[in-house]
Amino acid sequence: MTDMGWINGAITGARPAAIGALLRYFRNLDTAEEAFQEAALRALKSWPANGPPRDPAAWLILVGRNAALDGLRVQARHTALPPDEVLSDLDDAETPLAERLDGSHYRDDVLRLLFICCHPDLPATQQIALALRIVSGLSVAQIARAFLVGEAAMEQRITRAKARIARADVPFEAPGAAERAERVGTVASMIYLVFNEGYSAGGDTARSPLCDEAIRLARLLLRLFHTEPEIMGLTALMLLQHARLAARFDAAGEAILLEDQDRTLWNRRMIAEGLALIDKAIRHNQPGPFQLQAAIAATHSRAVGAADTDWAGIDALYAALERMQPSPLVTLNRAVATAKLHGPEAALSMITPLEERLSGYYYYFGARGAFLAQLGRLAEARAAFDRAISLADTPAQAAHIRHHLDGLLRPA
Amino acid sequence: MLYAILCYHDEDVVWSWTKEEDDAVMGRLAVVRERLAPVIGPSARLLPTTAATTLRKSPEPIVIDGPYAETKEQLLGFYVIDVEGLDAALDVARQLAAANPGGAYEIRPIALYQPDKRVP
Repeated sequence: MTDMGWINGAITGARPAAIGALLRYFRNLDTAEEAFQEAALRALKSWPANGPPRDPAAWLILVGRNAALDGLRVQARHTALPPDEVLSDLDDAETPLAERLDGSHYRDDVLRLLFICCHPDLPATQQIALALRIVSGLSVAQIARAFLVGEAAMEQRITRAKARIARADVPFEAPGAAERAERVGTVASMIYLVFNEGYSAGGDTARSPLCDEAIRLARLLLRLFHTEPEIMGLTALMLLQHARLAARFDAAGEAILLEDQDRTLWNRRMIAEGLALIDKAIRHNQPGPFQLQAAIAATHSRAVGAADTDWAGIDALYAALERMQPSPLVTLNRAVATAKLHGPEAALSMITPLEERLSGYYYYFGARGAFLAQLGRLAEARAAFDRAISLADTPAQAAHIRHHLDGLLRPA
Repeated sequence: MLYAILCYHDEDVVWSWTKEEDDAVMGRLAVVRERLAPVIGPSARLLPTTAATTLRKSPEPIVIDGPYAETKEQLLGFYVIDVEGLDAALDVARQLAAANPGGAYEIRPIALYQPDKRVP
């Protein structure tokens, strides 16, 4: 790695704490972001010559704060002084910085930043865009590409989110315990949405970095809530799913089913981390949807080959998930395990009642077609597969079903 | 003389590396390891502290989620080396540092070393 590679890594790593602290000083997202950007520019000039500072976040906060204050002073000469509350936190600028920058301050700052990006007044799309821009530091162009919208539209989405937060008059104090728990849940959901955007995009290089970004955000959240089993579950779930990336698509970009994947391509380090986290979570005896989904992914990860999969265990975990969070999609997934345990007939009768609610859902007809094909009901299977193709979101999905259709034509 | 080289760095930085950056660092470290094969013994890279669990050895041991110490830089891995003395140990650390800048190495003499009995 070049000097620049290391420096960019340090700036990215320090970003959440630094922007969080700058937001505490200036109480304005734009000012905090501009201050950080100025500090990052100065770091790129100063660090290669002087070497990296011992605490990059503290360096960026101090330099960013001073730069922004200079900016405010220059502005003040041209315009009226900024309102008192903007500067109220700066009176004690003499307080030794070190004292304000201990670990616990970082934690509060990062948490406040995450809570603000996931403000309940914001729709999920804006929460995601804001978190990726402010916390992760992705460029507007990168986020726009990842969400398949134009750059101007994404810029507007982020500006609107910031304006809404400014209007909402967000309190800067940490919320009480009950509200805190609720908002942590919102942050976790936002992170999982980011992950799924990347995951469903598969091999698309503009979108798959979203998975890494989501995992980074989850580790950040987990460091703030070391003992929260659902955050462990969320982090584990994403690691275990992302670990399969290299095995999920063939050279032509076509999806490879879990049972057909080359398991030697699975990322063992991510799996080890995911399994460690799910082990930790289970000790708490407070199951939740993320933990259950992670436990399902962990069961697949532990199977040496597809034939070694503990389908009874997976079926039981899906049953628990169905009770906790009833949803036709959970039942659809459970049916795959049921098919392995009790045959396609049982699976088919499990999913048939879902047809009305999943009538626009590609995976429903894909699974239905597969169960029918296993039962030798080929005409019905063909109809289900045709329906799945018409509902496919990506060429890879359509190609996958065509592959199944070809299979129907071949004599068994 | 046996020393442990304990690797400290900000895990936010290290776990923010892209795969390319990570591979590049690992590639350069592999070259150093090759060059220093006679002195470098076992080594380990640790998963993030979020995966850690701590057992407090109170009379009734308590299990705590997370690392033992909350610090700005975390223990991310270690090497065991066998060299003449401190100067030689520092030389090894300098060569590793050149391949993997950022953070710090703590060079700590080993009092008792029990090699892995599973490996003949």
